[in-house]
Amino acid sequence: MASEIEAVRAALETVPGIPCAGEAPIFAEPWQAQAFAMALTLQQRGVFSWNEWADELGAQIKAAIAQGDPDDGTTYYRHWLATLERLVARKGIASPETLDRYYQAWDHAADRTPHGRTIELTPDDFA
Amino acid sequence: MPNDHDHDHDHDHHHDHEHGSELSEMQLRVRALETILTEKGYVDPAALDSIIETYETKIGPHIGAQVVARAWVDSGFREALLADASKAIAKLGLEQKVGDHLIAVENTPSTHNMIVCTLCSCYPWDLLGLPPAWYKSAPYRARTVKEPRRVLADFGVTLPDETKVRVWDSTAETRFIVLPMRPAATEGWSEEKLAALVTRDSMIGTGFAKAANEATA
Repeated sequence: MASEIEAVRAALETVPGIPCAGEAPIFAEPWQAQAFAMALTLQQRGVFSWNEWADELGAQIKAAIAQGDPDDGTTYYRHWLATLERLVARKGIASPETLDRYYQAWDHAADRTPHGRTIELTPDDFA
Repeated sequence: MPNDHDHDHDHDHHHDHEHGSELSEMQLRVRALETILTEKGYVDPAALDSIIETYETKIGPHIGAQVVARAWVDSGFREALLADASKAIAKLGLEQKVGDHLIAVENTPSTHNMIVCTLCSCYPWDLLGLPPAWYKSAPYRARTVKEPRRVLADFGVTLPDETKVRVWDSTAETRFIVLPMRPAATEGWSEEKLAALVTRDSMIGTGFAKAANEATA
């Protein structure tokens, strides 16, 4: 856990714009915390550094603003997730096509799962 | 990647019983990524969950305590809240969106309310943040309906015998928030000071609001 606290501190020092209350990141919705945790883990595993992440995320946000993004913080984690997808593709972990295939499969899994059941992915969802 | 769609509101609480479940675009993208990273050995879902749990109290706008404090000081708001919680909260002018079918249930000396989701873990997280792990646990979900007083005892809550316990089962369409009783000896307190007494558990009904002398200065 100590290393996790360190990693979060390093992220807050290096990556601009992470929404915080005091010294802790805050999230508007659960998926944002999941996206945050994934980036944290990949950084800890050395897939990228926070500097590289900050550059990549900065470029992502700049491009979004050029396309009319409100730049008011509400879309921060959308950009965060898009950055994650881009870096994962660039590092050869998963291509955009693979990501899309899994996206469709999860959508299929959600569709066939009645409310209240845990949504689980099965090989059939990739059909 | 369908990056352009703008429908990232949370669908967890709006499932349709007949048409399966629905995940928002952002939830789908997160799940897709997590599955791939897990399969390739880059992340361990349990480790991710433990990171997320660290932030359990940091997710969502946490306006529940504010809402309760307002209801304690403003009887007009209290009545509006009990009549239609979604509408009353929208009128507070809080920027956060709150689900459409929120019902506030009021604790009184004669009735104590508790909320549960027996089917899964529907929860007013837009008011209270992420649900605590125990709320999602099978024992809480099963036992709260069968033996609510024992569950309350596990939380250290004992009620007078004459107090009725009502359990509200959240569904896809309807979520609940408990309006706890205002603690004694808090007359004339500001809303802000009162809000600090409102605990998450008191709004689930597994606890009381803090007593006046437990207020953090």
